[in-house]
Amino acid sequence: MSGSREAILGAIRKNHVQSERARPPVPLFDQAAPSDLREMFQKSLERMGGKMLTPDAVDPMAPVRQAIVKPGPVVSCVPEFQGDMQITPQTKPTDIAPVEYAVLRAAFGVAETGSLCFTEKQLHVNTTGFLPQHLVILLDPAQIVYNLHNAYQRPEWTQAHYAVFQSGPSATADIEGVLVHGAQGVRSLSVLFHPVS
Amino acid sequence: MKVGLFVPCYVDMFHPETGIATLELLERFGLSVEYPVDQTCCGQPMTNTGCEREAAKTEELFVRNFEKYDYVVTPSGSCTNQVRNNMTAIDQTDAVKHVRSRTYELVEFLHDVLKIDAFPWAEFPHRVALHNNCNTLRNLRIASMSERREESFSKPKALLKMVRGIEFADLTRPDECCGFGGTFSVFEEGVSAKMGQDKVTDQLKSGAEYVTSSDSSCMMHQEGCARRMGANLKYIHIAQILNGARA
Amino acid sequence: MTAELHEELTDPHADPHADQLDHGAASSRPLKSRISEPQPRGAKIRGNRPVDQSEAANRFMAATEHEAMHDARLWDLRQKRDKEMHGIEEWEELRNLASGIKEHTLSKLDYYLELFEKNATANGIKVHWAKDGAEHNAIVLEILRSKGVERLIKSKSMLTEECGFREFMAHNNVEVIETDLGERIQQLDDEAPSHVVVPAVHKLRTDVASVFAKTIGSDPDNADAHYLTECQREATRPLILSAQAGMTGGNFVVAETGTFVVCTNEGNADLSANTPPLHIASIGIEKLIPGLDDLAVFIRLLSRSALGSPITQYTSHFRGPREGGEMHVVLVDNGRSERLGMEKFWPGLKCIRCGACMNTCPVFRRSGGLSYGATYAGPIGLIIDPTFNVHKYRNLPYSSTMNGSCTNVCPVKINIHEQIADWRKTLAGDGEISPVKKVMMKAAGEVLASPVVYRASLPLGRSALRHLPHFMLYNKLNTWGRKRDIPETPKQTFNEWYRKNRKQQGEGEKS
Repeated sequence: MSGSREAILGAIRKNHVQSERARPPVPLFDQAAPSDLREMFQKSLERMGGKMLTPDAVDPMAPVRQAIVKPGPVVSCVPEFQGDMQITPQTKPTDIAPVEYAVLRAAFGVAETGSLCFTEKQLHVNTTGFLPQHLVILLDPAQIVYNLHNAYQRPEWTQAHYAVFQSGPSATADIEGVLVHGAQGVRSLSVLFHPVS
Repeated sequence: MKVGLFVPCYVDMFHPETGIATLELLERFGLSVEYPVDQTCCGQPMTNTGCEREAAKTEELFVRNFEKYDYVVTPSGSCTNQVRNNMTAIDQTDAVKHVRSRTYELVEFLHDVLKIDAFPWAEFPHRVALHNNCNTLRNLRIASMSERREESFSKPKALLKMVRGIEFADLTRPDECCGFGGTFSVFEEGVSAKMGQDKVTDQLKSGAEYVTSSDSSCMMHQEGCARRMGANLKYIHIAQILNGARA
Repeated sequence: MTAELHEELTDPHADPHADQLDHGAASSRPLKSRISEPQPRGAKIRGNRPVDQSEAANRFMAATEHEAMHDARLWDLRQKRDKEMHGIEEWEELRNLASGIKEHTLSKLDYYLELFEKNATANGIKVHWAKDGAEHNAIVLEILRSKGVERLIKSKSMLTEECGFREFMAHNNVEVIETDLGERIQQLDDEAPSHVVVPAVHKLRTDVASVFAKTIGSDPDNADAHYLTECQREATRPLILSAQAGMTGGNFVVAETGTFVVCTNEGNADLSANTPPLHIASIGIEKLIPGLDDLAVFIRLLSRSALGSPITQYTSHFRGPREGGEMHVVLVDNGRSERLGMEKFWPGLKCIRCGACMNTCPVFRRSGGLSYGATYAGPIGLIIDPTFNVHKYRNLPYSSTMNGSCTNVCPVKINIHEQIADWRKTLAGDGEISPVKKVMMKAAGEVLASPVVYRASLPLGRSALRHLPHFMLYNKLNTWGRKRDIPETPKQTFNEWYRKNRKQQGEGEKS
């Protein structure tokens, strides 16, 4: 196998016919960013099939409770909300399979695409992001960035081993272009703006 | 300004009226236009098929015919593209470079070189769909293309707007290739014909009475499909409309 | 501007004016096939004989419902892509950047591969190198055997298609389960993907219903897309939970952070990677990019170009194994380092497999992806496939009108239509051209080089056919006239008119 490594690198060096091309600097393209990114995030999220929950000033977790309409185990990875199934250091990835709802906090959001970033830190067990049937997500509005260029300036990328943008629920349209949510991952994804307490 | 007129083989054989209109139109603007009678072809069929070597002698003949002119003008964008961008089978002498850089498709010659701002004699009281040949559109950049984020422009439309009474019919897929594609039309006949039929269907649905283009080759293919389909559409080269044809 | 060419395909029960969500691969308006008809199959493969794309394309078009749906569906994706493009002011700048970043990386590919290897290894990823598909398959099998893996769940990867991975694993008693719906449909139907992004786009819903009825026991009379998708989810979930290993491809590899990135709409790559304890990623060596700033450019372009959706539903970044897990990356060459040395064709390595060139290609939309008989179909296939096997794929560069739309939708600005022309030149130069074309062009070249012979070949006769330009004339089959009328021959050519009417002023007469 190490023979192949040298053979491949050797062939690349031999075949470098084109002279070295300069690496273009990438601008952030964020001059037009509005100061409040919530509205833009919401529009993008809805375009991607996600739902925004309406905040409740008196009872902040009421929208989360109301979003949980189907029976079944609820896992919570946030201190603000109590689930009925605990994730422990012994929890295996497949143990998440029976979960109906997972309540998570996103590391940050992206207004351009309505994306939510999760790493192993927010998920506790990585499959919490995909094996449950539904996700209810808390997002601190202060943690929304304007576009993907800004998003890739964040520290998560060099800290986490696993980081994912989820932009709406799992979707497919492989049969005649008909949109179906919940192809393999979650069937629905709802977001509540809720600052970190 | 001495102008050499190149009349592509299709036009020569099937649509002499397009060649005549091109010649008369250029003469209306006071140009001295000559048609070297020993001309044949630009070499495109061979180059298009990859047979560059086979194109060399035809390219040489083309240069011999046209090297003495200030401009070479032809009512075909795809032939212009061949000369300007693909005439590489022969040595790139000064004569070859001169001919390649001085060959213009009729519309761009009128629009960019002569900068014509009126066709007082032209009147075409019909509903017309405009077709741009793909080489003319995407290689000569005669109009903006739907694939790119760019300012919208169309040189043929800018000229046609100076024609009295003309009305434009909009196609749903204005930039879609009609399937002619040079030798593609015979080597890949099935897909070529299907694309042509779809193009004719789009033209019919636009309510067009006429289809016009600065390329005869695409229209020969489209007209062939339209006739077979029994479609009530007429095809006319843009040179004829600009030269004052009424129908 | 909306495509109305196929309005008859609209779902009669859907409200055509209602706003419908069109993210992911969804169509922007309701489309529905009206009838079921047998699905046309792809090109006939006969060993190393040149693939006849036209023959398969003609069979695809003969299945009119399939062709109409395929064309309408892919044209809709192209229109969705245009809409996204118009929403991004810096679109053309992003394309320039994407092209520039790829060219830069390819010009220092050895450096970036080593940088990635170093960073990934430091994060606990085991990096392997495979010079071809066979070595890739052997490496993966060895890893699987060392862990006693009998079932592997997998997300979509064109590279593993190149490697003949599924067949190889089947021979070695490893069950491979595709988890992308379209890819799963194709696997269950024992057919290759027909498109890099929407693998079953050539199938009607009734085709899928019949495949699923035979393989996963769905109701053969129920062709509802929601029902079929749900059946697949329910059938696949237990397989996902019981698999001992997961496999993904990689859309981008970030050298500076040692990260590889996988984009899906279904979340199936995340399930494949995160559910079993072992994750293997197969990645072509051309997927490298330098850093995260660069990644932003590609993530912004990929899904917008592919499907007209702002981003894929899932964009997953893997930088190291999770606690207690194991992660391997197999870097695969399979002809890429050789392609890097091809003066005209190396820019094909910039390709990010978005499929935009397929969606816009008028030939692809009428032919179906399986008509190309190769791993890569459509415009990008025409310029990549011959690098794998020049003889077998020598006809493919002719399956194009060279209209140039592909080049202009390409997010990394590959000069696809120019490369198609260059391939024709290369093939003809190397004798890899069909004898009919060669003879015809030789004859045409001789006739057109001589005004005398040329004029003599055009007598005004009764048969219009004889007056077709020479390259059409040499065509015993008269393919022009099958579906098209032959133009009427006027009484005189322009040349004759000129000689009669302008000869006195005319010039250039020598003979």
